[in-house]
Amino acid sequence: MGKILLEMKNITKTFPGVKALDNVNLQVEEGEIHALVGENGAGKSTLMNVLSGIYPYGTYEGDIVYNGEVCAFQKITDSEKKGIVIIHQELALVPQMSIGENMFLGNERGKKGAINWNETYSEADKYLKMVGLSESSRVLIKDIGTGKQQLVEIAKALAKKAKLLILDEPTSSLNETDSRALLDLMLEFKKQGMTMIIISHKLNEVVYVADKITVIRDGSTVETLDCHTMEIDEDRIIKGMVGREITDRFPKRSGVEIGNVNMEVRNWTVFHPLYAERKVVDDVSMTVRKGEVVGIYGLMGAGRTELAMSIFGKSYGSDITGQLLIAGKEVHLKNPKEAIHAKLAYVTEDRKGNGLVLSNPIRVNTSLANMAGVSNRGVIDRDKEYQVAVEYKDKLRTKTPSVEQNVGNLSGGNQQKVLLAKWMFTDPDILILDEPTRGIDVGAKYEIYCIINDLVKAGKSVVMISSELPEVIGMSDRIYIMNEGRFVGEMKASEATQENIMACILQSGRGE
Amino acid sequence: MNLKVLDVLKKYTMVFALVAVMIFFFFQTDGKILYSQNINNLISQNAYVFVLAAGMLLCILTGGNIDLAVGSVVCFVGGIGAVIMDRSINIWVAVAIMLVGGLLVGLWQGFWIAYVKVPPFIATLAGMYAFRGFSNVVMKGLTVGVRDETFLKVFGGGSDCYIPDLFGGGNFNITCMVVGAICVVVYLVLTLRKRAAAKSKGIEVESLTSMIVKMVVISAVLLWVFYKLATNGGKGIPTSLIWIGLVLIAYEYVTTKTTVGRYLYAVGGNEKATRLSGIDSRKVYLFAYLNMGLMAGLGGILTIARAQNAAPTFGVGYEMDAIAACFIGGASAYGGEGNIFGVIIGAVLMGVINQGMSIMGISANYQSVVKGIVVLLAIVFDVVSNKKKK
Repeated sequence: MGKILLEMKNITKTFPGVKALDNVNLQVEEGEIHALVGENGAGKSTLMNVLSGIYPYGTYEGDIVYNGEVCAFQKITDSEKKGIVIIHQELALVPQMSIGENMFLGNERGKKGAINWNETYSEADKYLKMVGLSESSRVLIKDIGTGKQQLVEIAKALAKKAKLLILDEPTSSLNETDSRALLDLMLEFKKQGMTMIIISHKLNEVVYVADKITVIRDGSTVETLDCHTMEIDEDRIIKGMVGREITDRFPKRSGVEIGNVNMEVRNWTVFHPLYAERKVVDDVSMTVRKGEVVGIYGLMGAGRTELAMSIFGKSYGSDITGQLLIAGKEVHLKNPKEAIHAKLAYVTEDRKGNGLVLSNPIRVNTSLANMAGVSNRGVIDRDKEYQVAVEYKDKLRTKTPSVEQNVGNLSGGNQQKVLLAKWMFTDPDILILDEPTRGIDVGAKYEIYCIINDLVKAGKSVVMISSELPEVIGMSDRIYIMNEGRFVGEMKASEATQENIMACILQSGRGE
Repeated sequence: MNLKVLDVLKKYTMVFALVAVMIFFFFQTDGKILYSQNINNLISQNAYVFVLAAGMLLCILTGGNIDLAVGSVVCFVGGIGAVIMDRSINIWVAVAIMLVGGLLVGLWQGFWIAYVKVPPFIATLAGMYAFRGFSNVVMKGLTVGVRDETFLKVFGGGSDCYIPDLFGGGNFNITCMVVGAICVVVYLVLTLRKRAAAKSKGIEVESLTSMIVKMVVISAVLLWVFYKLATNGGKGIPTSLIWIGLVLIAYEYVTTKTTVGRYLYAVGGNEKATRLSGIDSRKVYLFAYLNMGLMAGLGGILTIARAQNAAPTFGVGYEMDAIAACFIGGASAYGGEGNIFGVIIGAVLMGVINQGMSIMGISANYQSVVKGIVVLLAIVFDVVSNKKKK
C-alpha cells in the first residue's frame, strides 16, 4: 500500500435544513486514480467543494489531511497553492481569449501587472505539449472544439503545479473518441506519478481508468472498491449506488402492436445555419411506425440533434431539402408552432437551455407548449392549468411538494419529467426524445423508460436519440445508426449488439 | 414559524421599506407628508410614473430590456398633440393621433428589436435622441399652450382637476368615499370568490390568516387614501387617478391572466425554450414595445394636460423614473420576474421620497443623490437575497 496523499475524515456538511454530507471518509493514495461515483445529489460535488476550499474551513465538520498535515483552506487559492486543482464540469474558459491568456488568467506571467507575453506563450506551449495538443497557444478558445478545450483546462491545471487533480465529469460533453483520448491521457499522467480524483456518471469510463472507486449515497460513503484486488463491473458499482441489485435496467415492453407508418422522412438534407457550405444532415431517410420506439444512435456531433430539430419546424439549419410525411401526407412545417399542430413533439437534450423556464413553476412549464389547452381566447384558466399540472405530476410521479415549485429547484430527473409532461400535454402522435436520460441517475432513468413504454402502448411513436449504446439496444424496436450526418446502418434491436453497431460506424468512416 | 416570518419579510421587503420611509418622513416633516393635499399631489404629480412604469414592466419582463426613448416619446407625442390642438382640431381626433403616434413609435422600435435583433439598449438610445430632436422640430423649439377645456378636464389638466362630487358633500367629498368603498367591496368579493372556487376544485390556497391579514391591510390602505382625498377641502378624486387605475388594472390583467402575458414571462425566463414551444418570441418583443409606445402616448397626453402646455424639454428623465420604479418593485434585471403590484410600490416609494425631501426643504441636487442610492439598495437587496436562495 502506497503513501496516503489525502485523507478526508468524518466530513459533515449541513445546509439549512439538509445534511448534504454525513460522516464521509475518503482516502486517496499517492499516484492513483480514484473515482467518486454516486447518483445525482449524492454529495460528490459538495465533497469536492469542501476539499478545494469553496466551502471554507469552519463551515463543515471533520478534517482534511493532505500530505500529512491538517488543512484549513479559506478559499480556492489556498488549496491550489498546495497543488489541489479542481476542473469543473462546466468549462471555465473565456471564448474570446487565446489559449495562453486563458491558461494564465488570474495567474499572469510577468512583473508588477505588466504581462510578459513571450513568457506566457512559451510556457503555455510547454504545457499544451504535455497534454498532447498541437495547437499554438495563440489560437482563440472559440476556434477549437470542446474536446480540445477540455485538454486546455487540464493544461491550465498543470500550469498551477497540480499534484492532486480533481476532474468533475470531464467527459460529459465530449464525444467517444475525445473521451477515450482524455482517459488515456489520465493513465499517462498516472505513470508520471500524478494523483487524480475523477467524478463520473459514465461507469464504463470509471471501470477503464480507476484504481479505486468510492461510492457515495445520500451523503455518506457506502464503500470503497479496489479494482486491483477484485473484479469490478458496472453492475457491481450500480448495486452500491442504488443500494439494491438492478436486475433489469430496461423495463420489458409487451403486447404493443406495431402499426402503420406514422412519420416518414425522405432524402432530408440540412446545411449549417452559419457556414452555408457545411452539410450537417446528408440525405437521411427514415420511417417511424405507430407503437414503435426507433432509436437513433450516433456519437456527439453526428448530426442527430440537428436532424431532429430541422424536422421539428425547421428549428435548426438552413437550406433544408427533403420530404416529410406525417400519417401518409406530405407536410411543410415552417416553425415549431406548425410542428406542434402536426402532432409532433421534440423533447430537447438540453433541458435547462432549450427546454424549461427554470425561474417558473412546474404549472407554467407544463402548459407552455399548449396554452390553447388551458385558455380561452387568450385568457388563462388558472384552475384548469393547475389541474393539468397536477395530473401530469401524478402520472409521471414527479417528486415535488407542489406544482407551484420552481423547476430550477428540482433534480435533473424530475426536470426531465416536467419536460416530458409539457410535451405530452400537447397530445403528440410522434415524440422525438433527444437524450432523454442524460445526466439523470439510475433510478430516474428507469422511470423515464417506463414512461416511454406507456407512450408507445398508447399508440404513439417514439424516436429516441441517444449516445448510450446499452440504452439504445435495450429500449428500441429498430435502430438507425448515424455518423457524420448520414445514416450508415439500420437494424432490428434484436439483432443489434454493441460490436456490430460500432462496426457500422467504423466502416462508414473508412469508406470516405 | 421563524422561517415563515422571514419569507414574508422577504416577499414584501419593499412594502416594509415603504412603510419605514413614510414613518421617517412623518417625523421629519411633523406629519405634513400625510396631509390630504400631499397625498393628492403624490398621485397627480406621479401619474406619469405609474403609467410609464406599467409599460416598462412588459419590456423588462422580456429579458431586462428597457426603453430609454420613453421620455423623448412623451415629449414628441405631447408636442404633436399640442400643435394640432392649437390648430383647433377636434380634441378626440387629437387624442387618437397621440395614442396612434405612440403606437407607431413602439412599432418602429419593436421592429428593430424583435426582427433585426438590435439590442434594445441601442435601439431605444437611438430613439431617445431622434424623438427629442423631432419634438424640437414639431414645436419649432417653442412652448405651445394647451387650452381646450374638455381635454384638460378629462386628462387631469392643471394642478386642480377633480371628479366633481355628485352628492354635494361640501368639505367632505361623498363621491370619493363611495368610490373608495366600492373598490374595497369589489376587491374583497373577487378575492373571496377566487379562494372559494380554488378550494372547491381542490387547488391549494394560501393560509386563511395570511389572506385575512392581506385583505385587511389592503382594504384599510384603500379606504384611508380615499378618506384623505375626500377630506382634501372636498376636492375628491384627482382625474389622473382614474387613468392610473385603468392602466394598472388593465396591465395587471394582461400580465397575470392572459396567454400573451405568460409569454412575456416565458421569453424573459428562457427565450429558446419558449421558441421551441411554438411561440414566436419576436411577436412577444413587438407586443411589449407596442405597449410601451401606447403608454408613452398616454403619458404624453397626461403630461401636457397637467402642464397646460407642451415644451421641447418635457419628459427628460421620465424613462429613468419608470425603470427605477420597476426595479425597486422587484422586477428582475434579467427578465422573467416582476409584477404590477411591485410597480405600484416602486412608484409610490419614489414619489414619497421626492415629496418628503421637498417638504423638508432638501435641495433638488441632493434629492437626485438619494434617489440613486435607493435604486442601488433595492437592486443590491434583490441580488443578495437571490444569492442566498441558491
